[in-house]
Amino acid sequence: MKTFNYHSAKDVKEASKLASSNSAFLAGGMTTIPSMKLGLASYKDIIDIKRIKKLSGIKVSGKTVTIGATTKHSEVASSKDIKKAIPSLTALAEGIGDPQVRNRGTIGGSIANNDPAADYPAACIALDATIHTNNRSIDAEKFFRGMFETCLKSTEIIESIEFSIPQKSSYQKLPNPASRYAIVGVYVAQHKTGINVGVTGAKSSVYNEKDLVAALTKNFSSSAIDNVKISSSGMNSDIHASAEYRANMVKAFAKKAVDAC
Amino acid sequence: MASLVGSRVERKEDKRFLTGKGRYTSDINIANQTYAIFIRSPHARAKIKKVDTSKALKSSGVVDILTGEHIAQDKIGGLIAGWAIRSEDGSEMKCPANPPLAKDSVNFVGDPVAVVFAETLDEAKAAAELVKVDYKVLKAVSNLVEAMDSEAIHDGIDKNLCYDWLLGDRQKVKEAFEKADRIIKLDITNNRLIPNAMEPRACVIDYNTASEEITCYTTSQNPHLSRLIMSAFGGVAPENKLRVVAPDVGGGFGSKINLYNEEIVCSWASKKIERPIKWVAERTESFLTDTHGRDHITHAELAVTNDGKFLGFKNETIANLGAYARVFGTVTPTYLFGPCATGVYIMPAAYSNVKAVYTNTAPVDAYRGAGRPEATYTIERIVDKAAMELGMDPIEIRMKNFPTEFPFKQTLVHQIDSGDYVAGLNKAKEMADYDGFAARKKESESKGKLRGIGVTSYFEACGIAPSPVVMMLGCGVGLWESAEVRFNPTGQVTVYTGSHSHGQSHQTTFAQIAADELGVPIENIDVVHGDTDKGTFGMGTYGSRSLTVGGIAIVNACKKIVNKGKRIAAKMLEASPDEVDFKNGEFVVAKSNKKKTIGEVAFASYLPGVRDEVKSPLPEGDEPGLIESSFFDPANFSFPAGSHICEVEIDPETGHVKLDKYTAVDDFGTIVNPLIVEGQVHGGLAQGIGQALYENAQYDDSGQLITASYMDYTMPRADDLPDFNLGFTCTKATTNPLGVKGCGEAGTIAATPTVMNAVINALDGKEISLPATAEKVWKACKEMKKSNAKAA
Ligand SMILES: Cc1cc2nc3c(=O)[nH]c(=O)nc-3n(C[C@H](O)[C@H](O)[C@H](O)COP(=O)(O)OP(=O)(O)OC[C@H]3O[C@@H](n4cnc5c(N)ncnc54)[C@H](O)[C@@H]3O)c2cc1C
Repeated sequence: MKTFNYHSAKDVKEASKLASSNSAFLAGGMTTIPSMKLGLASYKDIIDIKRIKKLSGIKVSGKTVTIGATTKHSEVASSKDIKKAIPSLTALAEGIGDPQVRNRGTIGGSIANNDPAADYPAACIALDATIHTNNRSIDAEKFFRGMFETCLKSTEIIESIEFSIPQKSSYQKLPNPASRYAIVGVYVAQHKTGINVGVTGAKSSVYNEKDLVAALTKNFSSSAIDNVKISSSGMNSDIHASAEYRANMVKAFAKKAVDAC
Repeated sequence: MASLVGSRVERKEDKRFLTGKGRYTSDINIANQTYAIFIRSPHARAKIKKVDTSKALKSSGVVDILTGEHIAQDKIGGLIAGWAIRSEDGSEMKCPANPPLAKDSVNFVGDPVAVVFAETLDEAKAAAELVKVDYKVLKAVSNLVEAMDSEAIHDGIDKNLCYDWLLGDRQKVKEAFEKADRIIKLDITNNRLIPNAMEPRACVIDYNTASEEITCYTTSQNPHLSRLIMSAFGGVAPENKLRVVAPDVGGGFGSKINLYNEEIVCSWASKKIERPIKWVAERTESFLTDTHGRDHITHAELAVTNDGKFLGFKNETIANLGAYARVFGTVTPTYLFGPCATGVYIMPAAYSNVKAVYTNTAPVDAYRGAGRPEATYTIERIVDKAAMELGMDPIEIRMKNFPTEFPFKQTLVHQIDSGDYVAGLNKAKEMADYDGFAARKKESESKGKLRGIGVTSYFEACGIAPSPVVMMLGCGVGLWESAEVRFNPTGQVTVYTGSHSHGQSHQTTFAQIAADELGVPIENIDVVHGDTDKGTFGMGTYGSRSLTVGGIAIVNACKKIVNKGKRIAAKMLEASPDEVDFKNGEFVVAKSNKKKTIGEVAFASYLPGVRDEVKSPLPEGDEPGLIESSFFDPANFSFPAGSHICEVEIDPETGHVKLDKYTAVDDFGTIVNPLIVEGQVHGGLAQGIGQALYENAQYDDSGQLITASYMDYTMPRADDLPDFNLGFTCTKATTNPLGVKGCGEAGTIAATPTVMNAVINALDGKEISLPATAEKVWKACKEMKKSNAKAA
């Protein structure tokens, strides 16, 4: 690991001021630290944001669930309030990695990192999330730009993520057997305003699977999915799953999600 | 005093391990130590044109940088194969030189080329980045199938072939096949595995400039053997100037049998730079450079009659040795594999032919089970295939071919002293509720799932022995084990063993048997292992040999103690030694109440006199003290056996295989500690299941390891496994006084075929290769659906 300057920011303003194109925020460190250790990334400044109280916590209102950026996966997984409002979201958090990862990793870190196989991005898409940063609020569909890419500026800090509470929803995931990230994860949510099918793991970045949305809008049942054709072009392919398998799993897990709604 | 053998004594090791107080190699720090970082080849195959260390040497904190040139100048020897195997045509095997630091060529990704020693780890890493190695990259031989038709990796080793070995009689097999009603054929790939011990390899070297002694703390399964090789072949130092200590070791599974480049290099270098050295592998280095396991391609044929009797068996295997032949690398696919190829069955004729080839991949060596899992997988898969083709029940076909009389002369080598395979399989059948399977299958089908059941019966040959036979077969050393038992004057006992515990709980098991032999409370017995300065000598722990060989050496040393004690007690009690009985720690003169405890005898042996009198308790000819040692060389291997049955449920929509039930019935002879044995079975099963469903080391065409981290290499996890249903039968081994058989590898040997037989059973016999990953199973389900639709 290359040497770096460590800062512990007392508030969002200070954290943002310390940030540059050669820095990283330290939330759970579950991505940042291994990449630094493996020499895949190096930074001049590491800005710890865990001591900023404002960034952590869970708020549930009538229509939305708002989760502070440095809230840990384990805290989401064990939140009774979230479980009542959006049970599929606690289930998602409980299915991330392993206990060690869940006890350190944060929702903000997960979303900022936008790993193509991460779970939370699918939730953001399906649950019409709004990502609140220190200077704006961004719709999830606009936030995720591509593989490990978001529209965040280097000095911008996610403060919280606000999810709309759907009428019903379910997240179903085919975990990578080695890492437990998603090979394919499908988040189906039915809102008064419409249906979303957030798909992660399958392509270079999370997306709303419009063909499935259309089919489910007509008929919200797993049999409606049978006739949808999911193409394997543009799908990821690696030693764990071919593009063809992934395409089929998008369908299979969408069906499971609809059945579990 | 009740006997401790057979009781669930809690592990003496647990307190230290579970409270984080284990003392592992990387916990050891020596004042003034330097840190080593190895510069490793990023290429699978290349010539080294030049190693330029000039810039790196000037980097901050660098103490020295050594390369293959320095190794050659100092005539430091390389790594060796421990077994010399002869080909069918009588020629000797061909092994390349394997210098500790490569000088002319590198042959796998991770092959070390140079080493940096610096004041801090960070400085060593920074300097390592400045070492410039100029390579001429050559086309890698990474594919096992094509290896024999590829360019020779090592000069003078044609077709990359180490040997082409045969065990058995081709002519007899040919005749048997001519008489067969049916020939069952099977092609399998035994997937390559990476051992993944929890503790990565490490060494800490302390060169004492005053005594000129090197102490090497290392993660070894056999420190004495490491010292022997480092001294005799490495030329690092004479044995009396070299101490090798393997303290707590966090798992080995065979990968820590070998002496590795790093230990030789750091031991030699510590003397050169006159500084202590610390090296700890990073996880990536473990993936790249620990010896790997398995990696066979096999074509097998079984000749059967229509009513399911086996007539003959052929096994044609290509085994991957990786880039170099290491300690057990050449014997694992031959004598540890070939003889077990016919499984637990009466097989009138058989042969095993193995071609071992070099590739530009990490060296392949023993991995838990070593050869026997590969053999068992082959025979147990083909027996299931035979049952399927003949329309027989998998249990019925096995029962039909079991031997029922023991000793049983197995076709290829072994004289199996004891066993009862019928009883084992019957018990497994009952415990697994085999007869209830049909109902459970129906229930799964009603949920849209497939269910399969898999059976395996295995035997294994462990505790390799006796030494003259082993050495006749090509082993470079004898495989006896030694022990020394020391009574202290005040009555506690220290047991020194040449076995090494890296998860096997010798401190408990060995103390139990010594406690029974000596009648001393287990709390007063300490077991010492893993230090060439403490205890006589040892061949270490692998191949499920600790108890059957090392444990018996302890028993025999204890018996010598008791014999000497009898003579002393007799003199003290004014009786003749024949009149003295030893029981529960007391020497008692028959038909009298005259007795001495063993503690009193020990005390007297060290303090042989009394005040105001010239009187010794020691009989004429006996020396003071109560210390005895023993070297035990068993008359034969030990032959554990058993039957395992499992059930899987498959989701055809996704290919996910859920391991639903697992029953294991094993015969390990006498069980000293059921708690520990069950733990060994659990761990073994997890590893065997890992091979069946998850683990798969993969190299790409250029020889890069693409599964070099836990993000890509799938380890089995606790939540992948069901509760194991364990049972035992017991036929005692006749070749040792305790009647014990090895238990460390059995689970790994049996689990892989058991799980795969269940998966393939669920897929109506559709073959799929190891490991049964979700995608492969999903594809098979799709094809099954198609062919079922066609049939209907
Ligand atoms: C073994 C393992 C298994 C895993 N399995 C899964 C899985 O199954 N599913 C899954 O979804 N994830 C998985 N993860 C990822 C994990 O859950 C974390 O969410 C992820 O590593 C990043 O979160 P973090 O809090 O650790 O972020 P960090 O590593 O601290 O930061 C990551 C990046 O995000 C940026 N960042 C962090 N917080 C903010 C913020 N508030 N505003 C702006 N930028 C910010 C940092 O600058 C940095 O670039 C796994 C990780 C590991 C190590």
